[in-house]
Amino acid sequence: ARGEGAGPAGPRGGGAAMDLFGDLRRMNKRQLYYQVLNFAMIVSSALMIWKGLIVVTGSESPIVVVLSGSMEPAFHRGDLLFLTNFHDDPIRAGEIVVFKVEGRDIPIVHRVIKVHEKGNGNIKFLTKGDNNEVDDRGLYKEGQNWLEKKDVVGRARGFLPYVGMVTIIMNDYPKFKYALLAVMGAYVLLKRES
Amino acid sequence: LRKNVEDFTGPRERSDLGFVTFDITADILNRKNGLHIFWEKNTLIIFDWNVKQLFLYLSAEYSTKNNALNQVVLWDKIMLRGDNPRLSLKDMKSKYFFFDDGNGLKGNRNITLTLSWNVVPNAGILPLVTGSGHVSVPFPDTYETTKSY
Repeated sequence: ARGEGAGPAGPRGGGAAMDLFGDLRRMNKRQLYYQVLNFAMIVSSALMIWKGLIVVTGSESPIVVVLSGSMEPAFHRGDLLFLTNFHDDPIRAGEIVVFKVEGRDIPIVHRVIKVHEKGNGNIKFLTKGDNNEVDDRGLYKEGQNWLEKKDVVGRARGFLPYVGMVTIIMNDYPKFKYALLAVMGAYVLLKRES
Repeated sequence: LRKNVEDFTGPRERSDLGFVTFDITADILNRKNGLHIFWEKNTLIIFDWNVKQLFLYLSAEYSTKNNALNQVVLWDKIMLRGDNPRLSLKDMKSKYFFFDDGNGLKGNRNITLTLSWNVVPNAGILPLVTGSGHVSVPFPDTYETTKSY
């Protein structure tokens, strides 16, 4: 019989795993398809919620994680920010904006300190991190002195501390990310609804 | 007091640079209802359990020929919960250079200075509030050529 045996945990652990795969094999095709469909539904729902958020907020990235300490003590690395990017929202001094420098992928979260807006709606503005001594001109593209509306990913409207740390850990330790995905995948595929 | 100086940090053109000195008296108290600021005898502000800090800033807002709306932050301060809620700053110089985008400060009679703040909660919404007092500052018609500030 399985599980009974002389020796260390090896065969025992192996026994449990054998049970699991035995389970899987015993599931007939229909049940397997059902499990896969369940999994696909979960993934689709998550994607739909994300896309829905993009539409509702007007921002291509409505939830961002703070990556640096340049806005301390307000925001720390790992905090989560909720953004909106409504077209008619004017950009005003004091607002916290998330922007991308042309040609770079990393969004930056800083505060607007100067705004110059023309009558026709053309805006150019300058940003600075609260925790930085100087403004962001050093971060902009070579020769670029101002940011424009098109550089804005969104305006920070709300925030949750610490929650974004998971994303940072997954970025810095990819093995952790794969392990997490494997565990989640195994759980969804093998869990059976009674 | 205003000079016309080459702006090293920005576009390499001559832009108007303004110098403003100001006094700020603000009273930010713990109170149960309402979000207000006490500035020149007006109202009061809250620091409640969900307020981590206030980011205060003094901004100058004005119109010029070049730009319909200009806003420049002259000074800012982070006030953490627990800090002395009364501000009594006198004769402050602006923390940041007050450069205009062009030459719109010369003779500009209507520069409005307002104190605003960003409420940073422990978690939740990030509102931007403007204080109820404001001051109008006119700039002279001529440039100052002395070197001292």
